[in-house]
Order: sequence, then structure tokens, then C-alpha cells
Amino acid sequence: MQKQTSGSVSQMQSLGPIPSLPNYQTDGFFDELVDKNNVARPDAEELVSLFNRFPPQELSRRQHAIEQALFRMGITFTVYSDKTGTEKIMPFDVVPRIVSAILWKHIDAGLRQRIRALNRFLCDVYNERAIIKEGIIPEELVDTAPAYLQECRGLKPFNDVWCHITGTDLVRDNTGTVYVLEDNLRCPSGVSYVLQNRHVMKRNFPQVFGASRVRPVTDYTSRLFQLLRDVAPPHVSDPTVVVLTPGVFNSAYYEHSFLAQRMGVQLVEGRDLVVEGEFVYMKTTRGLQRVDVIYRRVDDTFLDPKTFRKDSVLGVKGLMDVYRAGNVCLANAPGTGIADDKVIYAFVPDMIKYYLDEEPILPNVPTYVCQKEEDRKYVLAHMDELVIKAAGESGGYGILIGPHATPEEREEFAQKIKEDPRNWIAQPTLELSRAPTVVDDHLEGRHVDLRPYILCSRPDDVWVLPGGLTRVALRKGSLVVNSSQGGGSKDTWVVAEQGQAVASAHDDETGPVDH
Amino acid sequence: MLSRVAESIYWMSRQAERAENLARFIEVTLHMTLDQPEYLVDPWKPLVQVTGDNEWFKAKYGSANCQNVVQFLAFDREYHSSMLTCLRASRENARSVREALSTEAFEELNDFYHFVRDSSPAQLTDPTADFFEQVRDHALMWTGVLDNTMPHNTAWHFLNVGRLLERADKTSRILDVKYFNLLPRVEDVGTAVDDLQWSTLLLAISGFEAYRREHQLMDIEKIVAFFLFHRTFPRSIYSCVAGVDRSLREIESESESELPGQARQRIAALRHRLENTNVKEVIAGGMHQFIDRLQIELNAVGDSLGQDYFYATQTA
Repeated sequence: MQKQTSGSVSQMQSLGPIPSLPNYQTDGFFDELVDKNNVARPDAEELVSLFNRFPPQELSRRQHAIEQALFRMGITFTVYSDKTGTEKIMPFDVVPRIVSAILWKHIDAGLRQRIRALNRFLCDVYNERAIIKEGIIPEELVDTAPAYLQECRGLKPFNDVWCHITGTDLVRDNTGTVYVLEDNLRCPSGVSYVLQNRHVMKRNFPQVFGASRVRPVTDYTSRLFQLLRDVAPPHVSDPTVVVLTPGVFNSAYYEHSFLAQRMGVQLVEGRDLVVEGEFVYMKTTRGLQRVDVIYRRVDDTFLDPKTFRKDSVLGVKGLMDVYRAGNVCLANAPGTGIADDKVIYAFVPDMIKYYLDEEPILPNVPTYVCQKEEDRKYVLAHMDELVIKAAGESGGYGILIGPHATPEEREEFAQKIKEDPRNWIAQPTLELSRAPTVVDDHLEGRHVDLRPYILCSRPDDVWVLPGGLTRVALRKGSLVVNSSQGGGSKDTWVVAEQGQAVASAHDDETGPVDH
Repeated sequence: MLSRVAESIYWMSRQAERAENLARFIEVTLHMTLDQPEYLVDPWKPLVQVTGDNEWFKAKYGSANCQNVVQFLAFDREYHSSMLTCLRASRENARSVREALSTEAFEELNDFYHFVRDSSPAQLTDPTADFFEQVRDHALMWTGVLDNTMPHNTAWHFLNVGRLLERADKTSRILDVKYFNLLPRVEDVGTAVDDLQWSTLLLAISGFEAYRREHQLMDIEKIVAFFLFHRTFPRSIYSCVAGVDRSLREIESESESELPGQARQRIAALRHRLENTNVKEVIAGGMHQFIDRLQIELNAVGDSLGQDYFYATQTA
């Protein structure tokens, strides 16, 4: 239920003066919605004008209404320290982040390019290793990466696709330049929040949403389902797709359940699956039923206690044998984590040149690889300016933000770098862009990043969801947007170009999905 | 469907039904105490006895009164079968199979749980029949949402089995309380006092009006027959048992196995027995004994489900 634009969308603001946010302060940061004089950027005029017309308290009233709706939908996590079972929603901010059509075009092209290169790299690094033989990436960096799985050497997933689903983290600096911060090729989460944030925003801001010509995100789950069917073992005509979750105690459980429900497939746990012969089956009330495609949200090393961690109770014994025999597709393929290694990340621009013979569209954040002596010296001398990251960590763990750290913390990290240089990289501290965010009854700037979601069903067939999760560091001045560290999220409105589909504010995004 | 999902759905529905019935117990008792003639037996103690957990209660609370029985049955987080514990468990089960339910169903149960949880401080201070009536309304909404937003497929039949087995058990306990513990003095039979008590009991299963329309006068045999054997009243024991039988048949016709499962055999036998027993025999043979045996048979059906359909989760 999307309608094509006719090209003559009413521009309510086009006749009056351009609205601005009178009491807002950009504090010298690049702001996503207004320029340095607090004047609305072109695509944010409707929104800013609406805020100005709101009676006092209306903003916080809507903030509250949306929080209630999310609570009612059960999109919550339990506060474990509290015995009475207090539940909280993931913090949500009602002010959407708006991305112009032209900026999105750039991001879309950049991400498609990057995924094509990364997927080629994964094929290569587990097989021919041409990029190593050419001397572009040192062999030892690959072989010492904790996420490189020797067990996956020589494997060729169907369609040559390794990274079916990616959630790339992007940031913008003071000039508005978009950088890739992390690639997240393992089990990126958050897409359910994109869909649910959109759902509640459309219910609470229908007019401004309708007038802002926002591109729809509704069809993500049907595209995901189509992708999963496309990558099934070739001999299966009507593949059975399941989502594999670690279980109800996992922090992303809601998302696993949401995606299974929207795709209309079974949500299974490891204990629901069993390997017999060369196939994997699920245990149903009618006996065993064969499974062909597993969208697994269980980490690589927990997938199969026979091949990887012996103590894993989340996996399925013998699953990797079925995978090697070509009788099940795992999405994403085990082993993709090598490309998430923060040292390997530094080489992605080189991969793009090597595999695609193209210049990178989206730049990396400049990265110092502590393994290199020259870089290490620089890092150790500039600890107070840099962000230091552990190569194998994610989720905001193992990070030191130099300018915000104490001398003791810096010293501690310097020691770690000297002890194990392979495991550390450093990047300049970016002045992350900000977006207006509700604080009590008014708006203040808070730093944001952006995680778009990318689906890859063939090496050259890459699709980017026009939207994404805008994560916001709710604490004043904080640069850490991870939900585990006090971050929240916003809806992301990607503005349509002429001729592109626009989401209607009256679509019900919780409606059934056609298969 | 997945065995684990079937099992969770079955328990989700059973636990919500259990919570509803506890609310019904408490609501009618609160009502009854307001109309209480001075010679009525203490109404709270039997509510504890009927749970079968009177030792546990005694150790924690001592002797029963309105306050502590409401706390025990409705809000005690330590008691494994309090209304709040049941709703919480039900919701946890729902959460673990959310993808197999309708969105409306999950959201209603979520609301239901939060409503009860958020009301507990006020109700612990001053319990009101009004609150428990609202709980009943939530429960009716929940069953209505389940029945009208989900296809009546295998998943629905498993939840129907859970709901009806639990309901049959609780209807039998309501009757048992009255018959065994509130047994009126012989001279009270047929008096206004007795009428009041029986009416209250019928109210607890929403059956007062239905009974009145059929029989007008309060009559022990007819009331017992209404509880046990009524063919169409949705909370009568026969009705529940027949519903379980139908749902198990449906589940079985969906499965590929040739032989009828043990659960199905047991429920069919129970249904047959109920069809061929009359109320005079029940009263002559001892009502309590009859109900005891019924409860054992209902439990056996529940146990057989584990072997017939959920076994896979246990052997994993």
C-alpha cells in the first residue's frame, strides 16, 4: 500500500519564511535538522514549523504517548537487578532524524559498493586468499584475528553470499561528511526498532509525516523473507525458513520474535532443532520437519558444540556438518566476523580498489593500526586526542574515548596496547553530528549515528533499506550511542526523490505481509 | 508446529485461565461476606483449602482472613499459583511464543498483567470486588481476542485444551468448596441462607442467570447437575471436557500418527463416563470422592499431552 507521488506534493511552508528553532543551541556542532543559525534544513521545514506551532507541553505529551505505546506493545527489557520485574522500554526520542534525498543517494551507493567488496573479501579470504597473496592485507593479521574461523576454510555458501544481512554504522562529522564507523556483518540487531519506531511515529505525527515525503520501510520483512528463500540450497523447491534465537533471555529476543512473526516463519531455539543423517530438522507436534534456511541470531561459536564451543547449549550438534554438506543455508554465513575485526576494517578502502577497481564512495574514519610500529608510536603519544578500540569487540565495549578519559584510564589502555598491539586500533575523536532531542519540555542537541540495513542476495544484488536506526546518546555531551550504554533511538526519515514511493501515514505497518 | 511452542501456548492459556478463576473465587467471596448472615461459616479458610497448599499458607500467614487470603491468592509473588504469579508466567510463556500469537493477543495479555501488577498495592490495603470484576473483564477480553484474532488451527487447539482443562478443574473445586466445607446444616437446606450460598456459587461460574432461566428455584441436585453435566454452558465440567475432546481430535487429525494418543483416549473415556452418570449417583456415591477422581483424571490428560506432543522438548 504505497502510493506513487504525483510530483506536486503540497509544500505548506514554501510561501512563508523558513521556520527556525528559536531557543535551540547547535553549540558549533553539525546539526541534522537545522543550520548554524537554527534555520530548518529544507527537508525539516514541516517538522520545525510544527514544533513551533505546538502548545507548550505538547512535545512531552507526545513523547509520553509514544513511550506508553511502546510499553503496551511489550517492546521492553527486564531490569534484572529489580526482583519485582520492572520493565523498561528502549529509550525513544520523538524528534525524527531527516535525511535528504541527495545525501541518501550517496549513502545508498556507498553502502552497496562496500557490501559488494566485503562479500568478495569473505569469499576470497576463506578460499583463494588472493588479496593476501597480492600483499594488500598481511596474512598474519587475518590468521591472528579471533573472528577468523579456520573451520570455514574452503566453504562456498550458496550464491557466493556470505554477508546476507548487514547493519553498517555511519557517523557524520562537523562538516557533515558521512563516514563508515563499523561494518557489523555478524548478527546486527535493531531493524525491528526501525519498523516499530516508524509505526508509532506515523500514528502520532501523521500530518507532518505525510507532508515530509518519507520513503517507506514497511517492506523490509518481505524483502528479508525473499532473500532467505533465494539463498536456500538449490535442490529445494519450497524451502522451510526459520529464525534461530538464543532464547527469551537474549536482549534482542524481541527482535527475533518480531522478525519471525512478520515473515510468518517459526522462531526456533537450538533445542528445537536436531541433526539426523545429513539434514537438520525441527521437532514439531507432527514429528520432525526438515529446515532449509536458518536466519541465525546465535553467534558463530555457539552454533554447533561439535565444531565450535563445546559448552554451547544454544546451538545444534552437527549443524556445521549439514552446512558443509550443502543441505542448509546459514545466514549470515559463519565466519563473517573476520570482516568486523577493527584492524581488517582499516583495509576496506583497499578491498574496494582491489576487488571492484573503484574509489570508495564512503570514507573510513582514519584508523591507526597499533600493529604497525609507526602508528603505535603516534597513538601512544596522542592518547588524549584519540578514540582507542579493541579490535575484536563490539557494542561499545573495550573503548576509550581519550579526551573524556582520566590519565589513569589512558595509562591503563597504553599498557594494553603495548602488551598486545594486534588487538588495538585508534581513531581521531570525531565531533559527531547532533540532532534536536526532547529533554524535559524542550529540545537540546544530542550526538547521533545512523545504522542502515543492507540485504545481499547475490554478489551484485545489494539492497539498502531507505531508513535505518538513528541512535542517539541521550546523556549530554556523550558520544556513546549504544543502547547498553544509555543510548536511545529515533525514527529516520529518508526523503523521497521525484518518482520514488512515499510511505502513507495511514498505512498500518503492523498489517500482514504478503508472501 | 514446534513442540516447544505447543507446550508454551498450552501453559500460557492454562495459567491465564487459572488467574481468572482465582479472581472469580475472591470476587464472589467478597460479595458473600457483605451479605453474610451471622451464622455463615468463615468463607476464607475454604479458599485456602481448595488450593491444596494449606500447609504452605499456614506457615507463611497463620490463620486465614480476608486480607491474607487475598494477598495469598491474588498477589503473593512467592506463591507458585497466585493470580499475579500465574499471569506473569502466562505472559512469559506468551513472550516466548509471541510470533505464534496474534499481536492483539499478546498486547491484551501484556495489559492484563500490568493492570494486575500495578493494582496490587491498593488492593492489598483494601480489596474490592470491583477490582476482581475488572480482572474478570480482562480475562474475558483475553479469551475473546484469542478466539477472534487467531485462526482455529493447531496452536489455537492447544490453547483451548489448556484453557478448558484448567476451567474444568476449577469449576470442580468451586463446587467442592461449597459441598465439602460450606455444607449447610440439614435444617438450612432450602432456606434463604442456603439459596444465597448456592447463588453465589453459580455467580462464580457466571452461571446464575443461565440456571435461573432453566430452573427458577434453587435445588441442590439441579445445581450440582448444572455444574457437572450441563451440555452447553461453557463453564460446566461436561462442556469443558467435551471441548478438550474436540480440540484433541482436531490436533490428532492434523498429526500424521495412526493411533489415537493417550490424552485423546483418556479424555474420551472421561467424556463417556460423564455422559453416563447422573446426579443422584454422584450424590449417593459421595460428591467429594467424585470430584477427587475427576481431578485425577483431568491431571492424567494433562500429563499425557507431554508424552503425546511435547516429549521432544524433554528429551532434548
